Amino acid sequence: MAYRVVHYINQFFAGVGGEEKADYRPEARDGAVGPGLALNGALGGDAEIVGTVICGDSYFADNIEEAKKQILELIAKFEPDAVVAGPAFNAGRYGTACGAVCEAVANELNIPTVTGMYEENPGVDMFKKATYIVKTADSARGMKDAIPVMAKLVLKQLRGEPIGKPEEEGYIPKGVRINYFADKIGAVRAVDMFVKKLKGEPYTTEYPMPVFDRVPPNPPVANLAEATIALVTSGGIVPKGNPDHIEASSASKYGEYSLAGVESLSAETHETAHGGYDPTYANENPNRVLPVDVMRELEKEGVIKKFHETFYTTVGNGTSVANAKKFGAEIAQKLKDANVTAVIVTST
Amino acid sequence: MKLELHKVKVTDLKWGDKTLFDGGTLYVNKAEIEEMLLEDERFAKVSVDFAKPGESVRILPVKDVVEPRCKLEGENEVFPGFIGDVDTVGCGKTLVLSGAAVVTCGRIVGFQEGIIDMSGPGADYTPFSKTNNVVLVFEPKEGLEKHEYEAACRMAGLKTAHYLACAVKGAAADEVETYELPCFAEAMKSHEGLPKVAYLYMLQSQGLLHDTYVYGVDAKKILPTLIHPNEVMDGAIVSGNCVSACDKNNTYSHLNNPVIKEMYARHGKDFNFVGCIITNENTTLADKKRSSSYAVKLARLLGVDGLIITEEGFGNPDTDLIMNCRKAEKAGIKTVLLTDEYAGRDGASQSLADACSEADAVVTAGNANEVVVLPKMEKVIGFPEYADIIAGGFDGSLREDGSIETEIQAITGATNELGFNRIAAYTG
Repeated sequence: MAYRVVHYINQFFAGVGGEEKADYRPEARDGAVGPGLALNGALGGDAEIVGTVICGDSYFADNIEEAKKQILELIAKFEPDAVVAGPAFNAGRYGTACGAVCEAVANELNIPTVTGMYEENPGVDMFKKATYIVKTADSARGMKDAIPVMAKLVLKQLRGEPIGKPEEEGYIPKGVRINYFADKIGAVRAVDMFVKKLKGEPYTTEYPMPVFDRVPPNPPVANLAEATIALVTSGGIVPKGNPDHIEASSASKYGEYSLAGVESLSAETHETAHGGYDPTYANENPNRVLPVDVMRELEKEGVIKKFHETFYTTVGNGTSVANAKKFGAEIAQKLKDANVTAVIVTST
Repeated sequence: MKLELHKVKVTDLKWGDKTLFDGGTLYVNKAEIEEMLLEDERFAKVSVDFAKPGESVRILPVKDVVEPRCKLEGENEVFPGFIGDVDTVGCGKTLVLSGAAVVTCGRIVGFQEGIIDMSGPGADYTPFSKTNNVVLVFEPKEGLEKHEYEAACRMAGLKTAHYLACAVKGAAADEVETYELPCFAEAMKSHEGLPKVAYLYMLQSQGLLHDTYVYGVDAKKILPTLIHPNEVMDGAIVSGNCVSACDKNNTYSHLNNPVIKEMYARHGKDFNFVGCIITNENTTLADKKRSSSYAVKLARLLGVDGLIITEEGFGNPDTDLIMNCRKAEKAGIKTVLLTDEYAGRDGASQSLADACSEADAVVTAGNANEVVVLPKMEKVIGFPEYADIIAGGFDGSLREDGSIETEIQAITGATNELGFNRIAAYTG
C-alpha cells in the first residue's frame, strides 16, 4: 500500500488568489492540488498525496498559534504517514508557515516532513533544525527542480533509509553533526587536505569553525558625571504580564519599555520572561537582573548625570545569533539616537 | 636517523609453558608474566587473559594499550626512561609484534578508562578489536594512591610488551619497514621545489593523571622541542593518561602514529617532511601562551611552509589547538588540524570549546557524544560495573541484560585524534 502524504500549500499555489486572498482560512481538500500534482507524480506510486491543506499567508502570520492548531487538525484527519509543505521559494510568510507546519507535525504527529525554500527565506533560519528544507531557487521557476528532490527525501524518510549529506540530498544543513565511517582514516584525510592546501588547490574542511564577531570594547567613559547611562538585558525582565509576549526561549523579538517615574522595580510591577533559569529570585526582586534601583541612586548621588528612562529587554535563552545580532543593532541605534553615553548590559 | 621495523605478524594467542612464537601463534606463559608483574609490590593481584578479534568479549575499564616491541639492533632499548635507559632511541632495528597488543585494565580513576568490545557494533569503533590482546587485570595493594597505581599499571604494560617481544627475537620478520630522515642541514637542501613541512604533535599534559611522558620526563614540564619521528616508534612517548578513552593517545597509537606514517609515505613526493615538534597542553594561560609561541617559533626556525597539528583530549586543550593554529597561520605557515568533537548527543552543540577563522582546514575524528548500544558479551574481562561511571557512560548505562548504552566517548580509541580510524562527521 502506498504511503499517505498530506501536502500543505498557500492560497496562491492553490489557485485561490494572490495577496487579496492572503487572509484565506485553513481548508482541506482531497487529493493533490496545484504543485501537488507534480509532487504526486514524483512520488512515483510508492506514496500518494491523499489530501491538501491550504491556508492564506496573512491568516497564518496573524494567527500563528490558532492557524497551526487548525492546520494540524485538518492534516491529522487524513491519517498521513508524512507531510510535505511548499516549496515556498523566497516567500517569507509562506516559508515561515511551511516551516512552522512541518515543525508542529513533527512534534505532534511524529511523522517525517519535508519543505523547500530559497536559502535566504527567513523560514530557513527559523526551522532548519526542525525539518528537512530542500534548497530551491528564489522563485516558482525552480519548481521542477525542487519537486523531485523533495519527493526523494520524503520517500527515504518513509522507508527508513539513511539520509546522506546535505550536498548529496539537496537539503539545507540542519546544523547537526552526524558521524559516519569515511573511506580513509583521519590521518590520510588530513595529509590529503594538507597537500591540497599547500598547493593552493581547493579542499573542504570537515568541520567549518563557527566564527564569532569580536567587538572591540569602546574606551571607558571619560566623565561619568556627564554621562547618560541605559540598561539593556537579555535576562528577560518585562513589565508584569509580559505584554509583548517575548518568548521564554528562542526569542523572536525584544521589548522597549519606559522607566519614567520608576524608582525601583518590584514583584508587583515586573517579572522575567526567561525560561532558562530559576526565576524565583528575579521575580521576587527584578532589580537583581535589571538594577534600576542602583541606577536611580547613582543618578541621585550625581555619579552619573542621567539614567536613561527606556530599557530594552529580550531573552537570551537559545535565541539565534541572527536574531540577537539584529536586536543588538536596532537597540544600539535607538540608544545612539537618544544620545545615551554608555550602556550596562546584564544577563541572567 | 634510520630505523628498521621488523614486523612479525601475530595471528593467534595460546597459553604455553614457555613464551614463544611459532607459525603466527604467540604462546604465552601466564604464570611467568604474573610473577614478573607481582615483583612490583604495589600490586595485590595481577591476572592475565586473552581477548581475540571476533570473540564475544568485552574489556573494561581499559587504561592503556601497548604494542609489543623490543630492540634488535641499535642503541638503548624501547620505552626509554621506563624499560630502556634515557639515551636516544630511533636507530637500528626494532622488533614489532604487529597484530598483538597488551591491554592494561584496572580501577584507577574509574570514570576515565575505556571499553573494548572484540565483536558487535562496539568493535567497529575501537582499533583494538582487531588486535590479539594480552589483557592484564590489576588490583592494587590497599591504600595505594591513585597516581602510584597509575604509575604501576603503566610500567606493567610496558614491561609485558617488552617481555613478549623479547621472546620472539629470532623469528623471521613478515615485513621490514625502513624509516629514515636526514639531519636538518641535509634535509634543507633536499627535495628542491617541494614545500618543507613538519608535524606539531600535541601531548596531553593537563596533569592530575592527565599526563604523557617523553623519555620518562613529564610532558607538562617540557618546553616544546624537536623529536625525530623514529624516536616515537621506539616508545619515546608513553601515555600516562586517565582521560576520556575515545581520544587519549594510548601508547599503541603513539608507537604507530598514523600521521607520522602518512607523512613519511608522502615525503619526497608531495612535500619535504623535515621533522616533528612536540608540545604540551598545560592548563594555565601562561603555559598555553608560552608553549604555543615556542612551538610555532620552532616551526619558523625550521622554515617550514606547513604544519599538521594533532590534538589530544578535548575541552581545555581545544584552546591550545586554536592558539597553535592561529599563531602558525599568522606566521604564514599553513595548517591542517586533526581533532574530534563534543557536539552533544543530538549533535547540535558547538563541537569545540574554542574556534578561530584561521582554522579553515580541519579533519574530524567524529562526535564523541554519539550514543551507541553495546550488546551483552558472553565474557567480560575486568569490572563491568564500571560502565556506569566511565566518562561517556551514565547512570543506568549498564542494563540488566548486560548491554551498555553509552557515548562512544567511553570506547577506547574511538575518536583518536592522530587519525587512527575512519570515523568522521559532517553537518547534516
